[in-house]
Amino acid sequence: MSKAVHAKDLNIYYGSFLAVEGVNIEIKPKTVTALIGPSGCGKSTFLRSINRMHEVIPGARVEGSLTLDGKELYGAGVDPVGVRRQIGMVFQRPNPFPTMSIYENVIAGQKLNNKRAGKKATDELVERSLRGANLWSEVKDRLDKPGSGLSGGQQQRLCIARAIAVQPDVLLMDEPCSALDPISTLAIEDLINELKTDYTIVIVTHNMQQAARVSDFTGFFTIEGTGKPGHLVEMDETKTIFSQPKQKATEDYVSGRFG
Amino acid sequence: MTSDTRTDTDRSRTDGELAEQAVVPMPLVRAELPRWAPWGILVASLVVVGGILAATGNFGIGLTLVLGALLYAVVTYVVSRSVEGGRKATDRVVTIVVNVAFLIALIPLISVIVTVLQNGIARFDGAFFTNSMRGVVGEGGGGYHAIMGTLIITALAAAMSIPVGILTAVYLVEYGKGRLARAITFFVDVMTGIPSIVAGLFAFAFFALFAGPGIRFGFGGAVALSILMIPVVVRSTEEMLKIVPNELREAAYALGTPKWRTILKVVIPTSIAGIASGVTLAVARVIGETAPLLIIAGLTTGVNLNPFSGRMTTLPVFAYNSYAAPGVPREPFIDRAWTSALVLIIIVLILNLLARLVATLFAPKTR
Ligand SMILES: Nc1ncnc2c1ncn2[C@@H]1O[C@H](COP(=O)(O)OP(=O)(O)OP(=O)(O)O)[C@@H](O)[C@H]1O
Ligand SMILES: [Mg+2]
Repeated sequence: MSKAVHAKDLNIYYGSFLAVEGVNIEIKPKTVTALIGPSGCGKSTFLRSINRMHEVIPGARVEGSLTLDGKELYGAGVDPVGVRRQIGMVFQRPNPFPTMSIYENVIAGQKLNNKRAGKKATDELVERSLRGANLWSEVKDRLDKPGSGLSGGQQQRLCIARAIAVQPDVLLMDEPCSALDPISTLAIEDLINELKTDYTIVIVTHNMQQAARVSDFTGFFTIEGTGKPGHLVEMDETKTIFSQPKQKATEDYVSGRFG
Repeated sequence: MTSDTRTDTDRSRTDGELAEQAVVPMPLVRAELPRWAPWGILVASLVVVGGILAATGNFGIGLTLVLGALLYAVVTYVVSRSVEGGRKATDRVVTIVVNVAFLIALIPLISVIVTVLQNGIARFDGAFFTNSMRGVVGEGGGGYHAIMGTLIITALAAAMSIPVGILTAVYLVEYGKGRLARAITFFVDVMTGIPSIVAGLFAFAFFALFAGPGIRFGFGGAVALSILMIPVVVRSTEEMLKIVPNELREAAYALGTPKWRTILKVVIPTSIAGIASGVTLAVARVIGETAPLLIIAGLTTGVNLNPFSGRMTTLPVFAYNSYAAPGVPREPFIDRAWTSALVLIIIVLILNLLARLVATLFAPKTR
């Protein structure tokens, strides 16, 4: 569990449009890395390239090298489906499967892939994942009810439970709290703190306080202008980024003078 | 935006043009007609119109209703405008227009059902469901052979069209990009407009190549029907698959689910309710076809349960033939034609109920 992600000279394209250019980043295991930056600078694009969700979009492709514990993710013969089993993802908007109950949603990863386990083992997995996502006490009496009947914050935690139920090595989160109230946000931030003992976490956020609260490292992306590619300006320990960043652009951004 | 298209909510805007005018705050409370007023006006209009017509000796239910509705709309507008103001008055008149349109649309529907029930109920008996027309010249007999023919031919057509149609739609929505997909879409569109007789002639010409010009059999009818059915299934399924949010597909991919499993276990289950009703519509569209079956499935008076050899009659063909070429006396044949129509309507009704059942069983649930 918990592996390192390493990007070298990563260029990410939508068709012929270069969206993100020359990313060099090292993400250590069992840490939380926050990605910040102005809208449209390519944070989501970079995040989605880590678990090869980027190429789901027609024409989208990636150049350069991206490794998971030294293994090339974009190498010849690498199965994107296998990559996604090791690198889980939580999306900006909660997206539980509407046809499935809460219980089924948690084990969706197993269910969709026809992995069958005994009733007891499955019950345990569901409870463990829901506890891990801080949702167990709220839903334990209505596991057979549809997941879409939960509140937005609960749905998002259900999606986190679903993502950790497949026991990935890395967990990617794209603005997981942007649709949530402060209390649910706090619950998810607490959760991220607990999860980092087991997982490598990369989280995109627009909320500086959140980045400061939850992350060990912070990477700042920016973009020179429309039509230009986004790029990683610097990445350092969160403390450093928020107190004495090396780049002027980073300082302007985190102090609110830009974007 | 010109000033006459501006609505009340626009008053809060402060664009240049508006800023010059004094902004009139919209009152929150204004006069409103009492609840009973619309009904009162309706009854009064009908009574007045009925009275005038009766006094002039022209009374008739239809005329009263039409003129009464007109008077109702006019009076409502005038009264509402003087009490509630222009916007509310327009709202009330539009409501009346919509309701009247709905009632007008309902008239032929109800009239058809009532007529078919009235005429068809006479022979809606056990014999109709157990007897064929073999050896029957007058009274008695039934449509058993036609009912079985309809069920067999339609089931075969559905068995061929539904998988082909759904898979084509899946291809178009989930995989198809570029030329091939555009060509398929184009041909599906063209096929949707094919007259049913052409499908019948096609099936006939096709099977006549192998079996000679005398060929008549149920399976040929099923082929003709599936030519009509496939485009309908493709079109409706395509629309349903398109409205499945992409986020669900991405959620499944992110869990390490291969594309084909995502389609099978997420996309199709999410849209199954819509697909089921689309398929039912497609079946309902072909189950009443007469012309193509007359050509390729032929006519028979006896029961034939083998679609691969021998003529097979379906309910619409049976109804048509009983009506077009009755024996002597005429009445029993006409009665049987109506009963066939009734049975056909009932079958379509049952299909719709089944589709509803499928829809509620599989539809995404929220509570
Ligand atoms: N599906 C797509 N097809 C083409 N271009 C895209 C697509 N998605 C994003 N882009 C472009 O890629 C660039 C980066 O977008 P991205 O979504 O990664 O930004 P972001 O940093 O996540 O922004 P935000 O903070 O608003 O979420 C933008 O210029 C955007 O227009
Ligand atoms: Mg984004």
